[in-house]
Amino acid sequence: MRGGSNVTPALAAEHGLTEAEFDRAVAILGRTPNLTELGIFAAMWSEHCSYKSSKIWLKTLPTTGPRVICGPGENAGVIDIGDGDAIVFKIESHNHPSFIEPYQGAATGVGGILRDVFTMGARPIAILDSLRFGSPDHPRTRHLIAGVVSGIGGYGNCVGVPTVGGECEFHPSYDGNILVNAMCVGIAKADRIFYSAAAGPGNPVIYVGAKTGRDGIHGATMASAEFRSDAGEKRPTVQVGDPFTEKLLIEACLELMEGDAIVAIQDMGAAGLTSSSVEMAGKGGLGIELDLDRVPLRETGMSPYEIMLSESQERMLMILRPGSEAEARRIFAKWELDFAVIGRVTETGRLVLRMNGEIAADILVEPLVTAAPVYQRPWRRRDPEPEIDPVTLPDRDSFECLRRLLASPTLASKRWIWEQYDHLVMGNTVKRPGGDAAVVRLSTGGKALALATDCTPRYCRADPVRGGAQAVAESWRNLTAVGAEPLALTDNMNFGNPERPEIMGEFVGAIEGMREACRALDYPVVSGNVSLYNETNGNAILPAPVIGGVGLVANVRNAVDLALKRGGDTLILIGETRGRLGCSLYLREIEGSEAGPAPPVDLAAERRNGDFVRNMIRAGHVAACHDLSDGGLLVGVAEMAITGGRGVALDAAPLGLPRNAYFFGEDQARYIVETADPGTVIEAARAAGVSAYAIGTVGGVALTLPGAGAISVDALRAANEAWLPDYMAQV
Amino acid sequence: MKAVVVIFPGSNRERDICAALALVTGREPTRVWHRDAAMPESNLIVLPGGFAYGDYLRCGAMAAHSPVMREVRDRAANGTPVLGICNGFQILTEAGMLPGALLPNRSLRFTCRDVHLRVENNQTIFTCGYEAGQAMRVPVAHHDGNYTADADTLDRLEDRGLVAFRYCEPDGGLTEAGNFNGAARAIAGIFNDSRTVLGLMPHLENAVDPLLGGTDGRAFFEGLVGALQ
Repeated sequence: MRGGSNVTPALAAEHGLTEAEFDRAVAILGRTPNLTELGIFAAMWSEHCSYKSSKIWLKTLPTTGPRVICGPGENAGVIDIGDGDAIVFKIESHNHPSFIEPYQGAATGVGGILRDVFTMGARPIAILDSLRFGSPDHPRTRHLIAGVVSGIGGYGNCVGVPTVGGECEFHPSYDGNILVNAMCVGIAKADRIFYSAAAGPGNPVIYVGAKTGRDGIHGATMASAEFRSDAGEKRPTVQVGDPFTEKLLIEACLELMEGDAIVAIQDMGAAGLTSSSVEMAGKGGLGIELDLDRVPLRETGMSPYEIMLSESQERMLMILRPGSEAEARRIFAKWELDFAVIGRVTETGRLVLRMNGEIAADILVEPLVTAAPVYQRPWRRRDPEPEIDPVTLPDRDSFECLRRLLASPTLASKRWIWEQYDHLVMGNTVKRPGGDAAVVRLSTGGKALALATDCTPRYCRADPVRGGAQAVAESWRNLTAVGAEPLALTDNMNFGNPERPEIMGEFVGAIEGMREACRALDYPVVSGNVSLYNETNGNAILPAPVIGGVGLVANVRNAVDLALKRGGDTLILIGETRGRLGCSLYLREIEGSEAGPAPPVDLAAERRNGDFVRNMIRAGHVAACHDLSDGGLLVGVAEMAITGGRGVALDAAPLGLPRNAYFFGEDQARYIVETADPGTVIEAARAAGVSAYAIGTVGGVALTLPGAGAISVDALRAANEAWLPDYMAQV
Repeated sequence: MKAVVVIFPGSNRERDICAALALVTGREPTRVWHRDAAMPESNLIVLPGGFAYGDYLRCGAMAAHSPVMREVRDRAANGTPVLGICNGFQILTEAGMLPGALLPNRSLRFTCRDVHLRVENNQTIFTCGYEAGQAMRVPVAHHDGNYTADADTLDRLEDRGLVAFRYCEPDGGLTEAGNFNGAARAIAGIFNDSRTVLGLMPHLENAVDPLLGGTDGRAFFEGLVGALQ
């Protein structure tokens, strides 16, 4: 062993290990770790790899159901959609790298989530991106948007997987910490899912893909010059993506997966070769020996520490059946990718690394995995915000408020973004970006998937429990609004510093709300990712538990969208309206206030109303449907009018409620449906115990309202479409 | 009809063109890997969209020097029709099988959206399914689709009827706004001299199914298949 003597608690602290954590590592080894071993402990016990602050809470989420084949813990979640097919999906953040280097940060975020999905044997068929930027007035925002969007496009477009949906909003709390969450969805045969647990002592361990370089070593906390004064340089900690290599890696892995050569497979993501080898050995209850001299390297003179902690992209680790190496090598040679046998599975339960004839590390795997620290961090709830009484707000022109809201950064059309993504490649995109959920056709059985990402961080700040429940409910609603049955979700928990009790309180509250909503809606969590410490100078982001939802459309021909279809049709509002303006976009954009409580989420009403809407869509009574969320009823109607290029004659607002509370309140569990047969819909609603009444008639080229005049759909579209391209064109 | 679709490392719209051809012919085209020793006999060769070799040097530049392109060139010289879509069009220009080059879009951004095309010459195997001057709505998805060539070449293309499609307004009118990527003379696709090689940027193969937002590309494949049978 070399280099063991110079590792001190101070050096461990620089690696992010506390004194207690370092002591625990020493106890496990029975000696002081050498530098490579220290790096491995620090990586495996980092928040990112160990989930040490979030683990006890994540365990409380519902993760099972009749459709669930594989819940959290593998590279991605797997659900059964019938006909022998399975859907594999996950969402993951790349927040910090995207802020430092937006193009590569976002690009490698897409690359990483694609690998999580095809590692399990699935062909990726869709990408979604949930983006949150700082204030448009912040000097870096424009640069960050341009870089992130072209990074996502540059990667996804090249690998040939359509980017079909997502979301994008703005708030000053993201000025110093943008959120870039990427979701990937793939399809596999339900009986051909590949897992990561090592098996079969003696089996070869194979490295495939790109070569290993010095990029991404140990994230932002490390200054490698302190350990390698001869190198004397500090490499950027952001990795560089190569979508071309990723495309080859997808094809090569899927080709190899058609046979039975693979025993286990794991992508090299965060902490690279360290986490992939430790996780494979740990899950299999076995050991792994690696000969680091055989790892394909991009640079000369790399140390074991650098090789084990490099986060070079587009790499995979596999365990093969003995005797299948030649066939596997042939396939990877065809795709011009590196292929190297770098080690073998052992019965020792130890991770043993060799290089230059010496043992570079020797760690018992089981305690490295199971003795990882778990924290029950103190948490505290904020006091609830007082209600907003809409009667106290000024009476304002509804259509002028509508125009301003549609032109506000959060509600403005994101066409400028999604037109830079190839959302059509693979030839299955039935409902394109811009609606409640994207719909992607499957090749068998006339079925399709509905996909959406959702979160309303301002609700989560005001009331984490309601906010967590609302994120899940809105996801479920968006899938329902295109006619899909919501099946399962993946979550991306973006929060500030968990060592602050009020931030931990946000996390705990959001989990509680999500748990209640997942249970009430039979909508389990099958995969996810946690991103903590999203704060700068003590200013935390608005908490964002982003929900990526997957739903099944039984007959793709029955899927609907939000575009108004026919003059003379009736618009029916489903769900109850109380005019809640607390935390609303109306309050923020028009009155300049972020006050008030988040709207309550009545999960029984969500279920009842959503099931009703889905049944009406399936029965063919619905020509268009839109869920109501940000901006409320009038914004929802306007979005339907803009998309369909048709006007609406609205009925007068009901008495007893201030007009703008009715039009812009953000009450939950609501939809608007367009129907040619209002009598049938309203009667069926009454029978189902669902609130439903007509609010207007489709026709003309303007929105009209008794007593408030008219505003043309073209003017609304211009306001909605102009903001983002105009903003990005400013220098 | 027997069609061959050539796959380069980095091709990614091969599924789309194979599905479109299968829809119209009832028969799956043969996929040929760029290093396969022999290309089967066929009466259509397709170079699909994508990012061959990552488009790292220049779009299509490395694929144009792939060994398979010698065979494609020889077959084309012997009259086998060749269709290059998007990256395939870029490869054909880089290989010298079609004149001109594809520059970055005027916006300098990748653009995926529906555009309108006008059929400029319907007296070819590729375009005989359309009326001359007919306008259609089809998707594009590219970063480098801004066609350019010297003035003499452009004049020659126009004089000889070698312009296949132009970007236009929904009614077929030619305007600055309709020419969304800034292509020279709004050119979206061109033929070689014998009109047996066509390169075009738009993805007609993504416009053959009403479920996917339009069927204006279908006449292209029906016309082509009819002409080759």
